[in-house]
Amino acid sequence: MPATDTDADRTPVGDADVCVIGAGPAGGLVADRLAEAGHEVVILEAGPRFDSADRLARQERGIRPAYDRPAIWDSDPERDAYESSGERFYPLNHARARGVGGSTLHWQGMVMRLHEADFNSASIRGVGTDWPIDYEDLRPYYAAAERELGVAGADDNPFAPPREEPHPMPAFRPSYSDSLFAEACDGLEIAMHSVPNARNSEAYDGRNACVGYGTCQPVCPSGAKYDATVHVKRAERKGATVIDRAPVQRLEHGPDTIEAAVYATPDGEAHRQEADAFVIACGGVETPRLLLLSESSHYPDGLANSSGLVGTFFMDHLFAGTGGVLDEPTRQNHVGFLTSESHQFYDEADAEYAPFKLEFFNYAGPSPVGMALTGDDWGDDLLARLRSEYGSHVGMGGLVEQLPRENSYVGLDASTTDDHGNPVPDVHWNVGERALRTIERVNEIQERILDELGAEITWQVGRENTGPAYHHMGTTRMGDDPTESVVGPDLRTHDLENCWIASSSVFPTGGAMNPTLTIAALALKAADHILERL
Amino acid sequence: MKLTRRDAVAALAALGVGGTLSGCVAPPGSEPVDVDRLRETLVAAADVIYPSEVSGTATFVETFLEGRLEDPTHVAGLDEAVTELDDNAMFWHDERFAALSVTDREQVLRNIDVDTADEDPTGTTSERVRYYVVNDLLLALYASPAGGELVGIENPQGHPGGLASYQRGPSA
Repeated sequence: MPATDTDADRTPVGDADVCVIGAGPAGGLVADRLAEAGHEVVILEAGPRFDSADRLARQERGIRPAYDRPAIWDSDPERDAYESSGERFYPLNHARARGVGGSTLHWQGMVMRLHEADFNSASIRGVGTDWPIDYEDLRPYYAAAERELGVAGADDNPFAPPREEPHPMPAFRPSYSDSLFAEACDGLEIAMHSVPNARNSEAYDGRNACVGYGTCQPVCPSGAKYDATVHVKRAERKGATVIDRAPVQRLEHGPDTIEAAVYATPDGEAHRQEADAFVIACGGVETPRLLLLSESSHYPDGLANSSGLVGTFFMDHLFAGTGGVLDEPTRQNHVGFLTSESHQFYDEADAEYAPFKLEFFNYAGPSPVGMALTGDDWGDDLLARLRSEYGSHVGMGGLVEQLPRENSYVGLDASTTDDHGNPVPDVHWNVGERALRTIERVNEIQERILDELGAEITWQVGRENTGPAYHHMGTTRMGDDPTESVVGPDLRTHDLENCWIASSSVFPTGGAMNPTLTIAALALKAADHILERL
Repeated sequence: MKLTRRDAVAALAALGVGGTLSGCVAPPGSEPVDVDRLRETLVAAADVIYPSEVSGTATFVETFLEGRLEDPTHVAGLDEAVTELDDNAMFWHDERFAALSVTDREQVLRNIDVDTADEDPTGTTSERVRYYVVNDLLLALYASPAGGELVGIENPQGHPGGLASYQRGPSA
């Protein structure tokens, strides 16, 4: 599966107005908006541009046990080297995909708005910090982001923040197993509701409706699930230039402005991309890394780091799950996405317990093909095992907020270098007791629901074996005070006049909702602020 | 259950390879390989790997192989795995794998630990036979609607079977 044209022209674009670093959803949306306004935009992407014709072959990789998650989107162990030094291991290359489209290439595609209280955690819950903006500030951008990504959803969630218009597409209908859960949840007075999906429930924006490949994570072969190639291609059609396989090595700068992004190309050359404005959109790990790599005599601790907070407050969502089996068919693994959740307990959060949401799985237990490829049997024995072990599983998940903590950070590990000789990112991930305590509460609720359902519980992910949901947040936090934050509410760095950050790295707190819709909304907000300045 | 060419085409479509209903094609751009030997070996292996309640495996496997032949890299790996499988069959039974009884074929696969091996396209003999022969046959069957039906899932992972089946109950 060759990725991109090795001989492509990767020389800098002359007279660029804006240089966007990173071709994920944030970079793609900003580039599209700025190109739409007539500006000369260039996008520098460290990874390759993948051929959409290879999607089915990548899907086969996703099914076959020979390939782990990083191999599916061609992770390169030297390019993507990293360190994990925190109290909990962080599997960074399972958590991201590098290339045009970014991690939306392998994401689940769940797109909720943060709740109003998430923007005021310190004031309302007594912990964390307040965002410098409120839900109402972001609300129009949420609506715009839902239109841009294409969100299928319904107005049936009594716990969701207020919205102004229906979702662009109707929600996916509930699954058969949702109906089993609904009966149990009714008995416990727990409300279920639909899931907003960035996945076409009907044809939308030139892309087809979902056809049910069932492999959403890590590959959607049909293109029904949104990924950021949509906006990167759209930006190109409006005149933007995309330079792939061009990892930015450092940002050349003066005291007040960035002058050029120095990037490497596959032929071993280094180039300087100059622009009037720069947008860093590299996610919660590579964004602080690039700033730290761009240290200078003026910024000895890293670019845009007068606060000393670049890299600090690394957050993810914690996963909590419980599953088991019923003595009846549950019809799992027909599709790879969720159709029901419960946000009922979300706004009970306080200083002691974090916000969390509950998920009802449609893919609990192993799929038959997955079992077949990993067993020690074949023929009639295998078929008997598949019939015995497939079909009666149920499972629930949950996401839990972790608070921003100074001892949870992304730094540089100078003892290890990447394929260009740069220190690798050190993901030093620590979680905190509030999140772990909340995981126990999530597990208790999940156990009650599964008990009511009559399930025999066979697995649980709790405080001891929890892991990240692969949502990197917090490492260049947003705030009003330049001594306590890296960017202002306009997403521009406090230190540099021509540098904006569009990324989950600006989240002051994480809430417990999947972050991409908020990333997209903030990217659109950043684009508006950039347009005001250009 | 009788497997058909159309079942194999459905399996191929999910894997992004070929899947035409035309005749056999030679692998483009690769070293010449004995396609008949590959076909005979996979059909013979399917007699071991597939459950006894399916029939029509020869047509199913041959059609699936037609699609795989469009990928020279896969063909080279398959050819190498089949050669090693035949070498083992010759060593123990003085016959090529495809010429053995079903019982002896299974014994050859077990002799080289294919049953317990993890698949790996660049691994040991057992890992490569597992990848190119055993697991490719299992993938063809159980990622297709025909194989899914055997287990009770009309839309198995990897098949674009639409949005109706996940909503249906077991008695629908």
